[in-house]
Amino acid sequence: MIEIKGLCKSFEGRPILKDISTKFEKGKTNLIIGQSGSGKTVLLKSIVGLLDIDEGEILYNGEDVSHLSDKKRKSLRQDIGMVFQGGALFDSLTVEENVRFPLDMFTKKTDKEKVDRVKFCLDRVDIKGANDLYPAEISGGMRKRVAIARAIVLNPKYLFCDEPNSGLDPMTSILIDNLINQITQDLDITTIINTHDMNSVMEIGDNILFISHGEKWWEGNKNEILYTSNEKLNDFVFASPLYREMRTLKKQELKDEQS
Amino acid sequence: MKFFFHLGQYILLMKRVFCRPERHKIYWRQLLVEIEKLGIDSIGIVVIISVFMGGIITLQLTYNLSNPFMPSYLIGLGNRDTLILEFSSTILSLMLAGKVGSNIATEIGSMRITEQIDSMEIMGINSASFLILPKILAVVIVSPMLFVLSIATGLIGGLIAGPMSGAVTTADYLNGVTYAFVPYYVTFSGLKTLAFGFLIASVPAYLGYYVDGGALEVGKVSTQSVVTTSILILFFDLVLTQIFFK
Repeated sequence: MIEIKGLCKSFEGRPILKDISTKFEKGKTNLIIGQSGSGKTVLLKSIVGLLDIDEGEILYNGEDVSHLSDKKRKSLRQDIGMVFQGGALFDSLTVEENVRFPLDMFTKKTDKEKVDRVKFCLDRVDIKGANDLYPAEISGGMRKRVAIARAIVLNPKYLFCDEPNSGLDPMTSILIDNLINQITQDLDITTIINTHDMNSVMEIGDNILFISHGEKWWEGNKNEILYTSNEKLNDFVFASPLYREMRTLKKQELKDEQS
Repeated sequence: MKFFFHLGQYILLMKRVFCRPERHKIYWRQLLVEIEKLGIDSIGIVVIISVFMGGIITLQLTYNLSNPFMPSYLIGLGNRDTLILEFSSTILSLMLAGKVGSNIATEIGSMRITEQIDSMEIMGINSASFLILPKILAVVIVSPMLFVLSIATGLIGGLIAGPMSGAVTTADYLNGVTYAFVPYYVTFSGLKTLAFGFLIASVPAYLGYYVDGGALEVGKVSTQSVVTTSILILFFDLVLTQIFFK
């Protein structure tokens, strides 16, 4: 579990995150949603330690990361997998080499074991016959899936995804969402996803944190979001008439289920 | 103030670069890749430029020393010392700053803006050391070799152009090349090349590592790295010449 308490972050005196506190639970798909420029990526990068925070605490299983020794911090990093917005695959390495890279750096597995593990992870994300291709030679959706394979190759305890659906068609987006959700449940890990994709919110949002202008405005799950009276959240999530209609239908569906 | 900021940040980066590598085997493999990419791939251009420059220096010397009181073997001697003292060390380094330096700045800068460096940091890898150390070592190892190659091919250029122009015979040229040879010149220029090799790799790497923005900024940093490295090479050339030739 990851807990953040009173997190504040500013750039050149301009506050970006203001006193954010929340918990991201294990085995659940936690989503951070908000408009572009609301501070989602800064929050995610602060949690993974790519940005130093000004105030507050970030606790990984109760341990404050800002007080960890370098050795412990390094070992924690190996428990983290991250999928970046553009995939961030290494251009000079093939698909197979990209997934194998963390194994080469941090494990003493034999060559055969590494090959098997890479194969397992690529199969897991349904990538076949692309082992020798370079990132520039594969599609955006495949790049994201390879990035997921690389992120899970060391069996992480924490998985972070920064807008995994951006630039993807709706079908591929759903595939990626389901894949991340499945991995989260199968490996029983803590997953945090930054997104402004409403399909993701409705499909896999076990725990949703809504931030606006660097402040936490709402927290709940995919069912609770249907009944929220938070105007800002409603304006954001149900911005289009189609989504508003869908909300009405979904509410009805839930009502019918209950009765 | 900005100068001191960059100097401080550069020193801190170098401190991270020269840390103990995480996996020696992977660094070694990376070093070989960089030697091929930054060094071996530069051989062609070094040979072409050196042959032409050796020939041009010889012809220039021929026209400027056409005096009955000047022995013609001085043409070979002049070509040799020009190549050893300045061309094959300084001018060649300036050329490498353009070819290799811009390559390093663009590669690392692109990795920065596409979050590849962030992804290494997340994995717990010292990205500065992993990306920059093999490049610095590769350029420092390869530069003296290119320096020797440049002298040799420059002398061959002179050997072709001098007798062909009719101003100097092959025997006089070769006599001049071996006349009054000062081995210290080679040592001095070799050391200069090592220092320049360090600058050629580390300065563009620094600029690329801290690039902020998009493709436009990477392009700017690539140009900036060539300009900055060239100025530093000339500055250190002046300083080193003053120190070692006192």
